[in-house]
Amino acid sequence: MSLLSVQGLTVRYGPLEAVRGVTFSLKEGEALTLIGPNGAGKTSVLRGLLGLAQAEGKVFLDGAEVRGRSPEALLSWGLVLVPEGRALFPGLSVEDNLLLGGFTRFRRRENLRPDLERVYTLFPRLLERRRQPAGTLSGGEQQMLAIGRALMARPRLLLLDEPSLGLAPLMVQEIYRILGELKREGTTLLLVEQNAKMALSLADRGLVLEAGEVALMGPAEALRQDPKVVEAYLGLSREVEEG
Amino acid sequence: MDATILSFLLLDGLQNGVVYGLLALSLVLVFAVTRVILVPIGELLMFAPLSLVWLLEGKLPGTLWLALVLGGAWALMARGRGALLPLVGGVGLFLLFLLAKEVPPLAYLAAVLLVVYLGVATYRVFFQPMRGATVLSLLIMAVGLHVAYQGLGLVFFGPEQFRPAPLLSGEVVVGLSWQGVLVLLFAALSLMALYLFFRFSLFGKALLAAAENRLGARLLGIRPEEAGMVAFGIASLLAAFSGLLLAPLINAAYFMGFMLGLKGFVAAILGGLASYPVAFLGALLVGFFESFTSFYASAYKEALVFLLLVPALFYQSLRARTVEE
Amino acid sequence: MRYLWFLLLLLPLALSPFPYYLTLLNFFALSAMVVLSLYVLTGLAGMTSFAQAAFMGMGAYATALLTIKAGLSPWLGLGAGLLFALLLALLLGALTVRLKGHFLPLSTIAWQVALYILAGNLVGLTGGHTGLTDLPPIHFFGISLDTGFRYAFLTLFLLVLLVLALYNLRQSRIGRALLALRGDALAAASFGVDPAVLRLKAFLLSGVIAGLAGFLYAHFLRFVNPTPFSLEASIKYLVMAVAGGVGSIPGVMLGAAFFTGLEDWLKDLLPLLLGRQGNYETIGYGLILALILILAPKGLWPLVERYLPSRDLGVPKAEPLSLKSPDGPRGEVVLEVQGLQKSFGGLLAVAGVSFDLRRGEILALIGPNGAGKSTTFNLVAGALLPDRGQVRLFGKEITGLPPYRIHALGLGRTFQHPHLFLELTVLENAALGTYSRTRAGFLQALLGLSRREEERALATAYRALKRVGLESLALEKAERLSVGQQRLLEIARLLASGAEVLLLDEPAAGLRAQEKREFASLLRSLAREGYTVLIVDHDMDLIMGLADRVVVMNYGEKIAEGAPKEVQRNPLVRAAYLGEEEVA
Repeated sequence: MSLLSVQGLTVRYGPLEAVRGVTFSLKEGEALTLIGPNGAGKTSVLRGLLGLAQAEGKVFLDGAEVRGRSPEALLSWGLVLVPEGRALFPGLSVEDNLLLGGFTRFRRRENLRPDLERVYTLFPRLLERRRQPAGTLSGGEQQMLAIGRALMARPRLLLLDEPSLGLAPLMVQEIYRILGELKREGTTLLLVEQNAKMALSLADRGLVLEAGEVALMGPAEALRQDPKVVEAYLGLSREVEEG
Repeated sequence: MDATILSFLLLDGLQNGVVYGLLALSLVLVFAVTRVILVPIGELLMFAPLSLVWLLEGKLPGTLWLALVLGGAWALMARGRGALLPLVGGVGLFLLFLLAKEVPPLAYLAAVLLVVYLGVATYRVFFQPMRGATVLSLLIMAVGLHVAYQGLGLVFFGPEQFRPAPLLSGEVVVGLSWQGVLVLLFAALSLMALYLFFRFSLFGKALLAAAENRLGARLLGIRPEEAGMVAFGIASLLAAFSGLLLAPLINAAYFMGFMLGLKGFVAAILGGLASYPVAFLGALLVGFFESFTSFYASAYKEALVFLLLVPALFYQSLRARTVEE
Repeated sequence: MRYLWFLLLLLPLALSPFPYYLTLLNFFALSAMVVLSLYVLTGLAGMTSFAQAAFMGMGAYATALLTIKAGLSPWLGLGAGLLFALLLALLLGALTVRLKGHFLPLSTIAWQVALYILAGNLVGLTGGHTGLTDLPPIHFFGISLDTGFRYAFLTLFLLVLLVLALYNLRQSRIGRALLALRGDALAAASFGVDPAVLRLKAFLLSGVIAGLAGFLYAHFLRFVNPTPFSLEASIKYLVMAVAGGVGSIPGVMLGAAFFTGLEDWLKDLLPLLLGRQGNYETIGYGLILALILILAPKGLWPLVERYLPSRDLGVPKAEPLSLKSPDGPRGEVVLEVQGLQKSFGGLLAVAGVSFDLRRGEILALIGPNGAGKSTTFNLVAGALLPDRGQVRLFGKEITGLPPYRIHALGLGRTFQHPHLFLELTVLENAALGTYSRTRAGFLQALLGLSRREEERALATAYRALKRVGLESLALEKAERLSVGQQRLLEIARLLASGAEVLLLDEPAAGLRAQEKREFASLLRSLAREGYTVLIVDHDMDLIMGLADRVVVMNYGEKIAEGAPKEVQRNPLVRAAYLGEEEVA
């Protein structure tokens, strides 16, 4: 049975349809990447999933349909988003940011210490900077913090929105090394990326979104070779007829 | 001016300044978490000692009925399990008031809890339905509630001034009563408690997080409406204690809270409605300024305090870019 | 249509047998004036004041002092009253118009309270709380306006004039600019509005209107004391405005009428109910305000307006403004960007970018997300200040100029999300572009002296709408437009402004394939006419078929520049877009 199944998801912002009828599913332990050029509606898929934007269509978690989506309810199921722009708390320390990642678990009186240790093992840089305000971290460190904070909630399904955005190539590789590690440990990943090559090297399957609709879907290996992916990004195939 | 008068003025300024400071901190906190500028904080402050006076005389104050009506509306709006808190709280409050008639220790407790309940209910009934509204609309709502609560205060307590007996009587030195010492002590304790809460409790940090990044907080399961309730709760708690401790020194009447709150605003604006330490220091400045102007020009002291706004606004105006957003 | 307001002048005749109602009628007219001052401030300019009663007090006390203590004519008192109200507004406004929206209202609360205390305590000057008595009545051509009946003609006549003047203002370039400013200061600045100055002027006008009401109040009662100029009074006026609907003139008038009646009724009823005397009506105001804010945030008028016939203004037929059409040798450099650099908190968003924009070309600035395109765009348009580097437009240095100054030199921009004003018509939205090509100030607009210029401005806007193919929708509200049409409207606004260099920020986002094709052909034909286009977008389909040249950015730097075909083959560009091939 699939862990997540999305059927006919449509997301609207006022009159604008950002996503039209997107359908996909995700098995436990699998990594799926949503790629496509900017403005294709990738982020909107995540927002629609989490109920942060006006959305239609069905979403199943563990085979049960999710109604009245709210980020809080989905969080307690284990659906955790690392948002684009990271949404950290710049004035709070690195460690406080991490602990707040486990806020709902803290309220259920679960012990957060072991998780904190685990995050620090995955990201030794965060351990060094645990007392620093999050706002003073570099972009790459902030991304690590955002991922670490999400891990504190013990995600069953981790959603990542453009984790490589604005990062230098070395830092992108570092982030992807860690995502690879998470995947080996069995975390299910749904990865939204513009950096297609990187995302397809990590994911098992890929889904190419173009203008709000699914243009291609298939195993990551096949998509990496598919010239249509390159066309979708660089606009090589279509000629705009001369006016 | 001799040394006695000077120390008298300094003590007076300090005693008032710390109260303005607590109000300023409450205002900054509520604004950071909910974008509400809590104009009716002065009314909440005055409701505490006035309700106490009524209880000590064996009467149930009108504020109790106001709190219960708002609590009922809150329960209706929350429905489901969310209605449990207002219902249980309301019933508990009512029973406590019945027990607390003419029983001073219980009466103090009842007055504080009443104001906290009323403050949180105010948020749930009036401000939470407006989430997403502009700061301006929220401010207009706050001002509307200020006049409504002030009018209700007049209905409940009449136009007279009351002076509840101090908790501690007598003077330490000339110009400083034991009650004044209590005020200073309470302020120091509150500052420490706030510091500990925001520094060491994950709940406190969650509140700061909600103020810093709403989306981020929401994604972690920190509900904005809960954060708002806690912020209003803290503000009401500080206001209630301040009111109870201050009333034996300055009297209590339905109209007096507003000026106290307004001075809290002046201090909060000095801190740009953003900085907690600057707001508190600003409040001390307001206190000293007021105490010295009252010595030289007592009739105008209330008006002159607002002069402090001129340099503060001017400074912030210089820093601001013409085009915001 | 609007002259029907003069029918208000019949009311004193109808009510002449009831002196009590004549008094109420006068109070209504005075309240309505104050509430109209809030229409200017809140409804048009999006600010708010809790000190309108203090402005009234300025007008009232000025005339009282001059007429009683100096024995001068009330008409001199009027001049002094307006002057004092103006000065107070200048002081408050100058300190706060540059700050975020809530500082102004908050400081007006403080000033209002301070002035009230002063009025009560400066006993030698103001008579303290007992006030000043025996103001002379106003004489008008020898007629003493000393009865409610006669006075009502004066107050209502002035009220109707004020209403008509404010209609003029709303329909003028100033009114449109104020509404735009309320919605979106950044967009307003992009077509030539200086936000701080315009806000300050609106605040001054609002203060003067309230001052006039104060003057009339003083000579109606012929007695002044601080009570009617208190914070409670200020709040009462705000409640009237918000309850009726602060966004429209009939709305605030409705609020004034409703509350003048309600106040009278509550003042009688509440003491009876409560068995005591006191200002209990404030409870009613507060709770009504709370209910309206929650249940009908736009006030009562929109609920009424739905049932009224809406009138059609018709399309403008006047001669359009003569705008300089884009000319000059094709290929000359019109915009020069050199070594532009900008960092945000240590992150270098733009690291030394240079390029030229030549007349008649379409240049695309592309790059992956986060490459610094939008920052570069905003640095050129003046929305951000560069740390280093220069921008020259037509050879003139424009680095660091505010957007409204840059716009005047012939550079216009659009926004990533269309910044339109949905409650205005399509035509009015386009006409916003003409702001910096027209001259009428507040006074001309109020007096209706700018009608000719206004008609030409609308005609210019209409011509621009025709150019982009939106003329059939000119009289619709902009909220009815699809995303594609909104994008076209933004272009029309640029064309109406006479800009020659068009900066377009992601203009194709949200467009369907057919719309994109039409949009591209519009841009191409504009370029042929001599307009110069800089476009930031990541829609490769659009860019590759449209742009003459492409500048590619990554990590804040320019990594490639050239014809689309060259750029597509550039390995650096491929790597930037698709990511590195290897994974460590």
